[in-house]
Amino acid sequence: MSDKIRSEKNQWRKKIADSKMRDVSFDTVSGESLESLYTPDDLGGFDYLKDLGFPGQFPFTRGVYESMYRGRLWTMRMFSGFGSAEDTNKRYKYLLRHGQTGLSVAFDFPTLYGRDSDDPVSRGEVGKCGVAISSLDDMERLFDGIPLDKVSTSMTINGPAAILWAFYIVTAEKQGVPPKKLSGTIQNDVLKEYIAQKSWLVPPEPSLRITVDTMAYGSRYVPRWNTISISGYHIREAGSTAAQELAFTLADGFAYVERGIQAGLDVDDFAPRLSFFFNSHIDFFEEIAKYRAARRIWAREMKNRYGARNPKSWLMRFHTQTAGCTLTAQQPENNIVRVAWQALAAVLGGTQSLHTNSMDETLALPSEKAALIALRTQQLIAHESGVTATIDPLGGSYFVEALTSRLEEKAYEYFEKIEKLGGITRAIEVGFPQREIAEAAFQYQKAIDEKRRIVVGVNDYLIEGEDLEIPILKIDPRVETDQCKRLERLRKERDSGKVKKALDDLRNACGSRENLMIPILTATREYATLGEIAGVLKEVFGEYREPPIYW
Amino acid sequence: MSRKLRILIAKPGLDGHDRGAKVVARALRDAGMEVIYTGLHQTPQMIVEAALQEDVDGVGLSILSGAHMTLFPEVMKRMCEEGLEDRLLFGGGIIPGEDVETLQKQGVGKIFGPGTPVQAIVDYIHETVRVGDV
Repeated sequence: MSDKIRSEKNQWRKKIADSKMRDVSFDTVSGESLESLYTPDDLGGFDYLKDLGFPGQFPFTRGVYESMYRGRLWTMRMFSGFGSAEDTNKRYKYLLRHGQTGLSVAFDFPTLYGRDSDDPVSRGEVGKCGVAISSLDDMERLFDGIPLDKVSTSMTINGPAAILWAFYIVTAEKQGVPPKKLSGTIQNDVLKEYIAQKSWLVPPEPSLRITVDTMAYGSRYVPRWNTISISGYHIREAGSTAAQELAFTLADGFAYVERGIQAGLDVDDFAPRLSFFFNSHIDFFEEIAKYRAARRIWAREMKNRYGARNPKSWLMRFHTQTAGCTLTAQQPENNIVRVAWQALAAVLGGTQSLHTNSMDETLALPSEKAALIALRTQQLIAHESGVTATIDPLGGSYFVEALTSRLEEKAYEYFEKIEKLGGITRAIEVGFPQREIAEAAFQYQKAIDEKRRIVVGVNDYLIEGEDLEIPILKIDPRVETDQCKRLERLRKERDSGKVKKALDDLRNACGSRENLMIPILTATREYATLGEIAGVLKEVFGEYREPPIYW
Repeated sequence: MSRKLRILIAKPGLDGHDRGAKVVARALRDAGMEVIYTGLHQTPQMIVEAALQEDVDGVGLSILSGAHMTLFPEVMKRMCEEGLEDRLLFGGGIIPGEDVETLQKQGVGKIFGPGTPVQAIVDYIHETVRVGDV
């Protein structure tokens, strides 16, 4: 059978050898070369039960749940945050009213770096790139009127994740919601911060100790919480290829598992609470293949390498966000279409939750209308396209299966290189993933500049003298002055003796093996600010500085 | 023979988006310029000190955090104070057109948005910065 296919394929190849082809690249956006046709002989030793299996079963290639979207749609979770806690609270209520099913908090830069709004380095940045949260008081106002036992919340926060998580837990306590009823995610993936997103607090080693503390605390007291969302998103946005996103993200994931085990935790106690976060870039099939490969690799390694016995430790649940870096400032309405097929790829790839970017994100933070169109895009896919009826509908496609296996192989090639460098933390220290990504980003830009890759509206199909007609969200500079005044008042009104004691206790705990979540929660209850708590951590563990390398 | 142009590429403030700055730094280097890249998290003071020390012909700021209306004027002011008012200050990032106009009125050079071919930045620097023969 396969010999016959191969010989007929060769005949067909000969026939088309002389046909005229368009003079453009047919590689994927990541530079993977593709055949013009895939047949069964591209699948090698493909074994259905071993390589695909059934949804909800090892190795989960076809999806992590038995019924997938027939049972439950993905969570529609729009990443949003801007200005003050009140501004963002209003946007959350707006999105929930329009059918959003989960919250996702975008913090401003000072918050991401563990700085208070009134810190001199925060000047000009407060509320700009996200919402400003400097204390429990801000967090309480952010979720005012939103019942935290009814909604799941994802927080994009890394270096200071433990602190913002403590703010959230105590906010819930004040609403009368115990930690065991909370569900959500803290990103808390510091390794990819050093690789790509660059919002760190302390150096990698102590940072990982804090991470393990959150894993241990979560598995014991906040059992429905995802304590790390191991993220490829930012790696991809920084310019990586699909294979690099896959490989570096999984390598980070393995590192967290190893740290947990080294700290004496049982892998089956914490692994089910690890979740993932991927990008959905512009190359439709490559992205679908990436998600499928990711699930298969994770399941295999968790079972075989790390000896996890609970099937929940094997399955990779992930959130997806469409690729901000593929959107264009030119003819921004076109971005609605780009986002639509990126979102479709995420759904066909079996995502558990999804953020769709707004068309105006290359210009500013999303306006209300742009965010609504993005949310509607998900609802259109969910209810009108028909794609939710059948699980992993591209499974068995010669092309998609071959591409899935190819990405898997590429990931293993990277794992080997990382291993040779002494593991991912060491690889980060010597700048290996950073260089690979910068190189890929440079090559991508070059391909666009040389028009080997067409981006509509950017290097072809331009509109001369284009006049932008979409409204832009503006952040009032008063957000910053109000935030500073509020902090000044907070520092006066709280019990400063108790704050000092809580911070001293935290400082002492840093030098012991105590789980740092406990003293951070205590300091939070006394309204110690983010900057004060983070300040203690930096004082004890030091600050991280990246070497300025650009090639 | 004219000497090489010296350009400082800087990331001011807390912004961590460094993809664009790195791509531009490398492209300027490939175009034959001397490039000094500051790395992340520079205060305006640190940037101007580096510009002074390295005696650069131009300073390029990359800002995607929304803090451009604070950071550009601050760098501008300090450059003037240090006697660098004759050096080019330009930039790139996510900066709405209206803000670009305001900044240019204050003396900031071109600000390049998303989708800019790197050659446009190279050409702009060559056209704007004149270097005497040495």
